[in-house]
Amino acid sequence: MSVDNSVAHLEGEAALPRKNGELVFSAPWEGRAFGLAVLLSENGAYAWNDFRERLVAEIAKGDDAYYESWLDALQSLLLAGGVVTADEVSRRADEYARLERDPVF
Amino acid sequence: MSHDHDHDHHPEAPSPVEARALALESLLVEKGLLTSEEVDRIVSMYEHDIGPMLGARVVARAWVDGPYKERLLADGPAAVKELGISYPDGTQLVVVENQPEVHNVIVCTLCSCYPWPVLGLPPTWYKSPPYRSRMVREPRTVLEEFDLTLPDEVAVNVWDSSSDVRYMVLPQRPQGTEGWTEEQLAGIVTRDCMIGVARPRIPAESGAR
Repeated sequence: MSVDNSVAHLEGEAALPRKNGELVFSAPWEGRAFGLAVLLSENGAYAWNDFRERLVAEIAKGDDAYYESWLDALQSLLLAGGVVTADEVSRRADEYARLERDPVF
Repeated sequence: MSHDHDHDHHPEAPSPVEARALALESLLVEKGLLTSEEVDRIVSMYEHDIGPMLGARVVARAWVDGPYKERLLADGPAAVKELGISYPDGTQLVVVENQPEVHNVIVCTLCSCYPWPVLGLPPTWYKSPPYRSRMVREPRTVLEEFDLTLPDEVAVNVWDSSSDVRYMVLPQRPQGTEGWTEEQLAGIVTRDCMIGVARPRIPAESGAR
């Protein structure tokens, strides 16, 4: 397993936030969201370019911080591919918000 | 569900976006698409290895594209920006090219100035006082300690970085890489090669030494 150039070199608005050339995650969930999207692409769940296009589209909507757009892109791609359902995600997120589940990270 | 306020570590409810990230990861794990350990590994790999890849990409481009190499040697920041790599204003980047009879290595004797926009964060040894003082005094000996033995006929140039001028070494393209893609080439350019304490090696041949 090695760093994938197409991930490392996202360009323009989609460029990964960096400090001193290194990736920066301002909270653990940002790193997890990053890891999920890269790993699923490596595992063949989708083509990296499909994710990149959705990321660019989410960023173009404005407003959101970078990794919120990233998570939105990931979620919409997974919904579109039928990997998860919207209902499943929102129910599960509610359970976490109500502290009914042990966090996975 | 317990609302026991005697707990010492009453957990804080995750924010909506955090809850959504938790939801996605837990669902993906349950569906067998990934494991949390794999996510740990990939995040840590990208956190630590991504910095020097920018420089590696610059080197690989210079190896395959002569005019680009000329631009890189003439104006480092501009050439780096051509590849979509951001480079802060106000700091010069001087790229020094290794030749068959000249080897370059970078150091910062005063502190730990380093071309971080292309190489990421410096390794700990780069910031250590022994490296900083000895690389200037006895570069050949220090390079030998890095397993890089240079023949006597190869001159060693030591470049002392400052807050105004940062250096990066452009290593020589190894023989046996004819016909390689830029991506393959970038894969053998390590951080140490661009500091100048190593030379790029073709993996299959490196085991022999």
